[in-house]
Amino acid sequence: MSTGTVEVRPAPAADPDGDVVLRAVDIAKTYGVTRALKGVNFEVRRGQVTVLFGENGAGKSTLMKILSGVEQPSAGQLVLDGEPVTLAGTSDAVERGISIIHQELNLCANLSVRDNVFIGRELRTRTGGVDYARERRITEELMRRLEEPIAASTLVQDLRVGQQQIIEIARALAADTRILIMDEPTSALSASEVEVLFKVIRDLTANGVAIVYISHHLEEAIEIADHAVVFRDGELVAAERASDIDLSWVVRQMVGREADYDFRDEPREFGEVALSIQGVTVAELDTGRVAVDNVSLDVRQGEIVCLYGLMGAGRTELMEALAGRDQLSGGRVLLSGTDLDGRGIAERIELGLGLVPEDRQRDGLVQMMSVGANLSLPSLLSTVKRWFIGRGAERAAVEREISDVRVKTAGPGALITSLSGGNQQKVVIGKMLLTDPTVLLLDEPTRGIDVGAKGEIFSLLFREAARGLGVLYVTSEVGEAITASHRVLVMSKGRIVREFDPRSCSRDDIMAASGEHDTAPAHPGSTASGHPSDDANGASR
Amino acid sequence: MSTATAPAAPPGTGTATPAAPARSFNLNSVLIEGRALIALVIIVAIFAVLSDNYLTTGNLTTITKQVAFNAIVALGMLMVILNGGIDLSVGSTVGLTAAVAGNLFRGLDLPLSQAVMFPPVWVVVILSVAVGMLVGWLNGLLIARLNLAPFIVTLGMLYVARGLTQVLLNGQNITNELSGQPYLGNTGFFDTFASRPLGLPISAWVMVILAVVFSLLLTRTPFGRWLYATGSNERAAQLSGVPVKRVQTRIYVISGFCAGVVGILQMANISSSTADLGQFYELNAIAAVVIGGAALSGGRGTVRGTIIGAFVIGFLANGLVIVGVSPFWQQVITGAVIILAVAVDQIQQIIQRRRSARRAVATATAANRGATPPAASRA
Repeated sequence: MSTGTVEVRPAPAADPDGDVVLRAVDIAKTYGVTRALKGVNFEVRRGQVTVLFGENGAGKSTLMKILSGVEQPSAGQLVLDGEPVTLAGTSDAVERGISIIHQELNLCANLSVRDNVFIGRELRTRTGGVDYARERRITEELMRRLEEPIAASTLVQDLRVGQQQIIEIARALAADTRILIMDEPTSALSASEVEVLFKVIRDLTANGVAIVYISHHLEEAIEIADHAVVFRDGELVAAERASDIDLSWVVRQMVGREADYDFRDEPREFGEVALSIQGVTVAELDTGRVAVDNVSLDVRQGEIVCLYGLMGAGRTELMEALAGRDQLSGGRVLLSGTDLDGRGIAERIELGLGLVPEDRQRDGLVQMMSVGANLSLPSLLSTVKRWFIGRGAERAAVEREISDVRVKTAGPGALITSLSGGNQQKVVIGKMLLTDPTVLLLDEPTRGIDVGAKGEIFSLLFREAARGLGVLYVTSEVGEAITASHRVLVMSKGRIVREFDPRSCSRDDIMAASGEHDTAPAHPGSTASGHPSDDANGASR
Repeated sequence: MSTATAPAAPPGTGTATPAAPARSFNLNSVLIEGRALIALVIIVAIFAVLSDNYLTTGNLTTITKQVAFNAIVALGMLMVILNGGIDLSVGSTVGLTAAVAGNLFRGLDLPLSQAVMFPPVWVVVILSVAVGMLVGWLNGLLIARLNLAPFIVTLGMLYVARGLTQVLLNGQNITNELSGQPYLGNTGFFDTFASRPLGLPISAWVMVILAVVFSLLLTRTPFGRWLYATGSNERAAQLSGVPVKRVQTRIYVISGFCAGVVGILQMANISSSTADLGQFYELNAIAAVVIGGAALSGGRGTVRGTIIGAFVIGFLANGLVIVGVSPFWQQVITGAVIILAVAVDQIQQIIQRRRSARRAVATATAANRGATPPAASRA
């Protein structure tokens, strides 16, 4: 894979239009046994927007963390204004003019706009107090410059998300930022707020600020880009001027060569309907936002259904509601004909419906426990004799599962945190398989793990499917949606908008269907069954 | 966590760690595992040198009795702390249990009649301990079902239970009635609860029995596994089907039970039910659990550590008295030992984390070197 990189690596010195303010030279980063970045060369130019493309786990976020001082590179050098630098931390980076705006905004909702803009860098009066008057003046100036008429005394909690984003930008400007890194800035914004943001970005670049921009909304990102850079598997695989590229170029570079797994030709022998989701609606409790809007779909025994959609399309909310963590606002869910209404997580697992959650560290693993204890946790009761855990039975089940899902570990007693991401994910999948499920739900099962492990996880799922397991998984990687499913459903804004047969559709079809702009069918509330694509296969209803 | 898991990987070995646990003597892991025990040995050694009266049978028996009261409360506290919670109400619950028991010995006025009922000793004990469990259940209910902060709920319950104790005692200690009267059929309390089977105080026996039961509960039952899991990562435990709310409620009931048992034993020990019985027991219990290596954030801690922690506090306090350290300085020294224990624990964790990170990086670098031709990254 490294040889491929060498050919397409941009030649930094040869670039005619100079203006490079920040250069990353051979930056590498390893976490445990995972190589997140494998020697990346990268440039940021004054007054221009550099957009980073890449699938989840491609290394974009790791590079951003290194550029903004959150993490130290394992190897390589950062060069700022021609001088080699070491960023000791985020405040060091800010002092040198590099700021980052994370996807999750870092604002204190209980404080005013003024206080947030100057937090951690308060202006002082001669007596040592905070110079509120000067802070307010500067804040108001910044708000004028950003064309957002927000009073400096407004509490941040009273602002819309789009406005809060503007406050983050104001904070960066107040710190004399010359390089602004934005990680998925539009994921929570409405279309009109995105327009405002883009106007602000153009204004900033006109004033010489360099912008590094990450987004999964490809078309949006191409619109704002001056330079496009594509990451894949921890390497920078392509860099071009934005004027020379288009959407299909980006997609081609992101996905790269075909994945080395392809399950499209697996036999399709489906049994009865295992999971039936009928008109499910999920509203968020605190905001009332409808995250999942009247979704209906069936998963048959032995069928692997892929739910493709961008972040924020309602996929995770649907999965968590199915698993029993969140309440349904409407509709019903049947597992092998049994209505799951009112049943808790434990009951659903016992009935045969388990979830492999999206965030492995937060929801999937018990970090203080061994590999074995993690594996047996959901199925522990099945080993109990009288009051005690049957240690022999537990150990046998755990060891069988370790070899079954091919976890590379020193043994059941090893700490779960000693495993690589891919092996940890196999443990999370293995522990649910030990509960002998009828249907397995997986939310982004390949997030943050390397290509080899991805293939292993899918072959595992297809093997279990051949034994009758129904699988419903969520992904935002179009490549795996096509190569590793029997049926692809595209979800956008809480609805299922299209259905595809992976054997006869292209990446562009799927990505277009999921896009932010309205390629969705005009009739609201209708579902996949109402809009079969011309090539929907026989397994769909 | 438990002794069964995570054999310490032998230092210096590379990628291929054998599945067999390291049998070789590892000074570092001994120091980590037995830190509290080493502290205990040092304390005993110091005071044994300083005073001839320290290691006498009489003094050891006195220490053991005092330690047992703290250790039993601490066992309940351990359950709560493993979950990431805290129970500040146990000291007051000790007092409340004793007050309820004392009142039952004084006789229960039956409503709608002139009769006064005198329940037999075993009924008194069961009812009183049940009151302790009820207090714990209320704590658990408020914390698990209403998502209130354990600190606040049990702080409030500390006042409520202490207040109820004073209401029940109404300014008078209950002493004489505890012996019971033969014609009332409620004698024999002290025969059992102040007895010394095989020369050891009954409280020590109760401590041993509860330690064994709790140890089995934590290491051998699903409940124990669930408790460690919820304490380490509640969300993951919940998604694995662990009944996290039920676990959370039950540990406070267990804590209330332990406090109730100590209420009865302590009342028998001092032959009286007083309004300030059990005051500050919660703080000693927390100290024992923490010295025993438990993490206040939950998920880590053992019965063995907690018992040793209780002995550290007991031997230290007793030794300071025997060698004649002023009571003011006793508090300073005890407090310093608690802080030292937690600080050492934290430092060890940092060192361990660094070491495992370094090992992982070394492994990864070795793997990289093998996987990619070195020239490619230089080109």
